[in-house]
Amino acid sequence: MLAKIRSDFWFEFLSSPVTVVSAAIIVVLVLACTFAPLVAPHTPFDPATISILDNNMPPAWVSGADGRFLLGTDMQGRDVLSAMLYGGRISLMVGLGAVALSTLIGMAVGLATGYFGGVTDAVLMRIAEIQFAFPPILIALLFNGVLKTTLPADLFARAAVPIMILAIGLAGWVQFARIVRASVLVQRSQDYVAACQAIGLPTIIIILRHITPNVLGPVLVLAMLQIAVAIVTEATLSFLGLGTPLTAPSLGALIQAGSQFLFSGIWWVVIFPGAMLLIMVVAFNLVADWVRDYLNPRLR
Amino acid sequence: MTGPLLEIEGLRITFPHRFGDFTAVQDFDMRVERGEIVGLIGESGAGKSTIGNAVMGLLAQPGRVSEGRIALDGQDLTRLAPGALARLRGRRIGMIFQDPMTSLNPLLTIGDQLSESIAVLQAVPATQARRMAVERLAGVGIPEPEMRMRQYPHEFSGGMRQRVVIALALAGDPDLLIADEPTTALDVSVQKQVLDLIRAICVDRSLGVILVTHDMGVIAETADRVYVLRHGKRVETGPTPAVLGRPKADYTRQLIGAIPRMDKRETRFSDPVRRVGEIDRWLLQGQSSEATGDYLSTTPLTMDFANPRSGFWGRRSVFRAVDVSGLSIRRGEVLGLVGESGSGKSTLGRILIGLQKPSTGSITYADHGALAAIRSAPARKAFRRDVQVVFQDPYSALNGRMRVDRILAEPIRYHGLASGKEVGRLIGALLERVGLPPESGRKYPHQFSGGQRQRICIARALSLRPRFLLCDEPTSALDVSIQADMLALLMELKRSLGLTMLFVSHDLAVVRQVSDRVAVMRQGRIVESQAAEMVFEAPQTDYTRMLLETAPRVEGLHALEGTLTERTPV
Repeated sequence: MLAKIRSDFWFEFLSSPVTVVSAAIIVVLVLACTFAPLVAPHTPFDPATISILDNNMPPAWVSGADGRFLLGTDMQGRDVLSAMLYGGRISLMVGLGAVALSTLIGMAVGLATGYFGGVTDAVLMRIAEIQFAFPPILIALLFNGVLKTTLPADLFARAAVPIMILAIGLAGWVQFARIVRASVLVQRSQDYVAACQAIGLPTIIIILRHITPNVLGPVLVLAMLQIAVAIVTEATLSFLGLGTPLTAPSLGALIQAGSQFLFSGIWWVVIFPGAMLLIMVVAFNLVADWVRDYLNPRLR
Repeated sequence: MTGPLLEIEGLRITFPHRFGDFTAVQDFDMRVERGEIVGLIGESGAGKSTIGNAVMGLLAQPGRVSEGRIALDGQDLTRLAPGALARLRGRRIGMIFQDPMTSLNPLLTIGDQLSESIAVLQAVPATQARRMAVERLAGVGIPEPEMRMRQYPHEFSGGMRQRVVIALALAGDPDLLIADEPTTALDVSVQKQVLDLIRAICVDRSLGVILVTHDMGVIAETADRVYVLRHGKRVETGPTPAVLGRPKADYTRQLIGAIPRMDKRETRFSDPVRRVGEIDRWLLQGQSSEATGDYLSTTPLTMDFANPRSGFWGRRSVFRAVDVSGLSIRRGEVLGLVGESGSGKSTLGRILIGLQKPSTGSITYADHGALAAIRSAPARKAFRRDVQVVFQDPYSALNGRMRVDRILAEPIRYHGLASGKEVGRLIGALLERVGLPPESGRKYPHQFSGGQRQRICIARALSLRPRFLLCDEPTSALDVSIQADMLALLMELKRSLGLTMLFVSHDLAVVRQVSDRVAVMRQGRIVESQAAEMVFEAPQTDYTRMLLETAPRVEGLHALEGTLTERTPV
């Protein structure tokens, strides 16, 4: 027998430098954004700490810069780096929250349709297919638009993050439902499920304890890919002015606000948030690709 | 030309691995002459298919030939450039694969596939290739070849499909044919025909044939010479009658001794070491007194499945998978249910234990009443405790994400048969009872071999203290040497615990070894049902007689029964 030097996971992970770098970027970004109040040099959205006199400062390495603002300031004198960290926090929250919601709904629907089949399957999957016919961004727009008109303005502004999570999460569950259903159909025909039935285990235990762990692999990969998609969707909505309010902007809202100044030479207010969004999304995608390959034994 | 057709010398095949090289085959020598069939036999993982693939130059990545030579008419294939080797494939070496369904393209007609191969390999125009294809189909015994040319693979039966694959392998008039388990996916009744065909082709065309198989019966009937392989090394070689009749190596003797025989019921199961331990007292708890009579009986049963539509607008028709006029199993009896694939035997088994609902008919258990009337939760639980099942494929029957002790604890806890620390003690005792180390519970299913996994499945079934056990082809997925151990274990448990059993199998010899009574199924119906000895000695229907005659035999092999060495459980 061959000795196991270290676990497969670490071996495969460390032998892919791109993945290591991407994972490191994600860790750094997630930590920096999560602890933004501690890490950020300024509190950008507290009117008491900002001064209009500091407005439009370029990044620290450009002539005429102020050393206090590493990546410069915007037209209201807010520190761009701090705004990015706070904005990234909102983007990540929306991305993770929306995917968690999609996964939850999608798994429930996928497990039920795949296991029970018949009428349950027909009804739920037809609903899923109807929703699938609409682009997710359109569905998110719809949820968002309806809530924006029905809720009072101040409530909508305060609940912006949960609303975005709801809108994007409800738009994305169909893919999860499909992938889970397909895996459940495979697992259901395995003899261990018949053995559970012969033991007399209740259906809910068979589904949750036996089938669910066996369908988690593809779900994990899809979830990681969907985090990137959800972050981009949130940025798109915010860029269109439908997302987070400017008093607590996400990365998308920062890009939208900054884009108006792009051609007046104040490039830093839009380039840096844009670059952060790009790096974040690419890093999530690269790690997700690796996880997919890792979980697929035929590719190893 | 003189000299052997194929000569392999000092062959070593390695698969580079993260932690070093895994040697699949080593120091292997072999010789194949024109017009002879050479058998390569061994259990799974012995390296027999790897050798066949190496000759074809089709080793799975990253495997490679690291030493030795493979010479075809004196030309060393291991030194050929990939392109040159590819030109030999089909023209000099043909290959027959195990599963005829996956080795044919389902979207092309048989005629297209065959004439394309002929046109490419023989460099002839399309019309001539088509004409030749018809001749080839007729040559492998396919009736109405003109009409068959226009059909797709799914319109052929398994045996006919394998004939087509053989015709394809012969498309380029090769000198050497490699047949990798050519009959393993086929029913016994067609297996013999396909083997006869290979035999005839070998003689007529004076081809060299390498027959790779795990089945001693196939070797005994077909091969001129045989190489016995184990762990990538040659154990023994010689003419088939000599190797099978007077094996020199212990391993060969073990392999032969493990084959269940069809000509008589063996006595070696009859004297089990009775291990009445604490666990057996636990297993026998709650058993009702010595009741007699039927354990279960049924009214006429049918089971219908909707056929796939014939064509896009076609009507759905119904396929009657099971159509039996009634069945009963006596307490303490082993009823063997035999039939070919698709005869409905597994479906019938699942219906009897309530895993599937029949379309019509009802099943009544003496201890529980009618199956359909078991409604209350306690009654359902009591029924489930009494009636358990062991499946064919021990790989899919265990949840790979659960540790073995959790797999075994679940039924015990759910049915409240034990609690607390006692569960762990029971699991250890159960594992020991089925021949595994008691600490096996700390491992996951993938850390066990097929035979060990099947033991875990048996332990799981036993954990509910059942009175009735459905064994659905419990040995079919196992190597022959493990098969015998498994049968011995099941029979010993049956005797010690007084189990009633329904034993479903396609293997007549296996059924003969275990059954008190045998029912033969064909196309959903039970065509014959009587005492086991009578079925084998005085079959009443032509179908049973045909099954018995076509099953491969290892004639005279059992003369060495007395020399059998004691095997340790695997």
